[in-house]
Amino acid sequence: MSGLEDLYREIILDHYRSPRNRGELAVPPAHRTDGFNPLCGDEIVVYLELDDASKGEGATVTGIKIAGQGCSISQSSASMMSAAVSGKTVAEVRDLTKAFKAMMSIHEEGLEGEPSGEEPVEAPAGDLPLGDLEALRGVVKFPVRIKCATLSWNTLAQNLDETLAG
Amino acid sequence: MEVTGPGHDLDVQAIRKDFPILATQMNGKPLTYLDTAATSQKPQSVLDAMDHYYETSNANVHRAAYSLAEAATNALEGARAKVARFIGAGSANEVVFTKNATESLNLVAHAWGSKFLSQGDVVVLSQLEHHANIVPWHQLAASKGIELRWIPVGDDGRLDLTDLDALFDGAKMLAVTAMSNVTGTITPVTELAERAHAAGALVSVDACQYAPHLSLDVQTFGADFVSFSSHKMLGPTGIGVLWGRPEVLDATPPFMGGGGMILDVTMDGFTPAAVPQKFEAGTPAVAEAVGLGAAVDYLDALGMDQVRAHEVALNRYAIEMLTDRFGDSLTIHGPQEPEARGGVLSFALADIHPHDMSQVLNEHGVGVRPGHHCAKPLMRVLGVGATTRASWYVYNDTDDIDVLGDALADAKDFFGL
Ligand SMILES: Cc1ncc(COP(=O)(O)O)c(C=O)c1O
Repeated sequence: MSGLEDLYREIILDHYRSPRNRGELAVPPAHRTDGFNPLCGDEIVVYLELDDASKGEGATVTGIKIAGQGCSISQSSASMMSAAVSGKTVAEVRDLTKAFKAMMSIHEEGLEGEPSGEEPVEAPAGDLPLGDLEALRGVVKFPVRIKCATLSWNTLAQNLDETLAG
Repeated sequence: MEVTGPGHDLDVQAIRKDFPILATQMNGKPLTYLDTAATSQKPQSVLDAMDHYYETSNANVHRAAYSLAEAATNALEGARAKVARFIGAGSANEVVFTKNATESLNLVAHAWGSKFLSQGDVVVLSQLEHHANIVPWHQLAASKGIELRWIPVGDDGRLDLTDLDALFDGAKMLAVTAMSNVTGTITPVTELAERAHAAGALVSVDACQYAPHLSLDVQTFGADFVSFSSHKMLGPTGIGVLWGRPEVLDATPPFMGGGGMILDVTMDGFTPAAVPQKFEAGTPAVAEAVGLGAAVDYLDALGMDQVRAHEVALNRYAIEMLTDRFGDSLTIHGPQEPEARGGVLSFALADIHPHDMSQVLNEHGVGVRPGHHCAKPLMRVLGVGATTRASWYVYNDTDDIDVLGDALADAKDFFGL
């Protein structure tokens, strides 16, 4: 089952079995956003606390907790994400999100700079080190699972927007 | 291995030869298709019937005097007659062709509901319902202010009828499934219909999972509307059925407007055609109707009682074998008795998420369905976000269930649980 081992790397299973930052934060000061995958029923809840939302893109993530339920890919992605964004500024979180989505072969900037005749899937993941998150690279080969991997990231992005909008 | 049971003599090996797709592979393994509750595979006779229609009889129906158009009309009406006989309808005019069960169920809610429901009226549903029999009523709740009440599901996966009198009190409609697509629960439709009628309500039955698997007799059901889809009963996608009691269909206003559904149109208004054309606006899915007719012929030849006996035998084998093999790590949702359910098995194994489970099963060539199965209220009642669902039909045998068992064991190993 070599295909499966590509998908379920050991570190993914580790985050699945022992998720980091699992739990809830008091709202307020934290902000809560629920994310759904309507296809499979997975649900991720992101609690996020910034030091000072008025700093905008310069605000720092001082607290993040993840609740909800889902498959090993969505849960481990959320767990790794929570570890990766703790202590980062909003701008850094956005860059990391972009890098992660690029690894998932999702390019939200649209068609600008479209490579001609190049392999789109292998687009560079930006210059940000993804660390443990690299383990999720294998998901790209299983297109139906990409939504599992990106659910927590989309929920986080929505949470940031809501938090900054006040 | 042959399944045997009382009165059971389906020759599954012979049946499998009629389904070209079952000879294909998935991920380098022979295809083990266990997702009939989502859609069934199609026998060669259905594929041939549709090709034959296009090769010999294709023209638009009801609207021309040349012989070819008459052949097309006959093909459509012939299919209608077959379906009518298959479900024990009093006449072919009681059979309305739609695009699927979802459209049939929407027709009931929106067309019937638009005329007969108003603010504060009560519609009773069950917690087993598919979204197709929930969302249209939610839409009416939002647009008209109707009240929805729910027949609960007990711990045994059956409907809990304890408070039925109170639920039915003042109700105008009972909209209920005959068989759950998640737990396989077969509901007591006849009893429910009697009690709903006694309380003055009409009854709409979602037979989408029932019609393909059990002998369906609309007279025995005693309902006013019965909906199902062709694609779950060996027929093609793109066509569904709404059966209605003649006087109820007559009283129900048209759903969509357009060609084919009118008697007359003036600049001031229109007069609808008679049933069933009144509900069939636009060019119907003629080839699909022909395919459905061929599917009904195929099922008739097998005999629906044989189909049912076969599936009960598979239920028994699956429940016994899987329980034996996986013990307490396995949870089977719904009634535990093989006779109380259709050929649908939703389960949880250890803590493996259904999405992960189906990914491992995929490597074994096994197609099952993970998710909420369009029944999120039921998922909440079961206390789960999703289940893994295996489902079977006339072309499955115990070998398929053995392959499933092996794949499940592998998934357990893989996730180290
Ligand atoms: C119980 C039940 N009702 C309704 C439907 C809707 O059927 P369709 O998608 O063919 O309209 C389904 C199929 O998923 C079902 O299982």
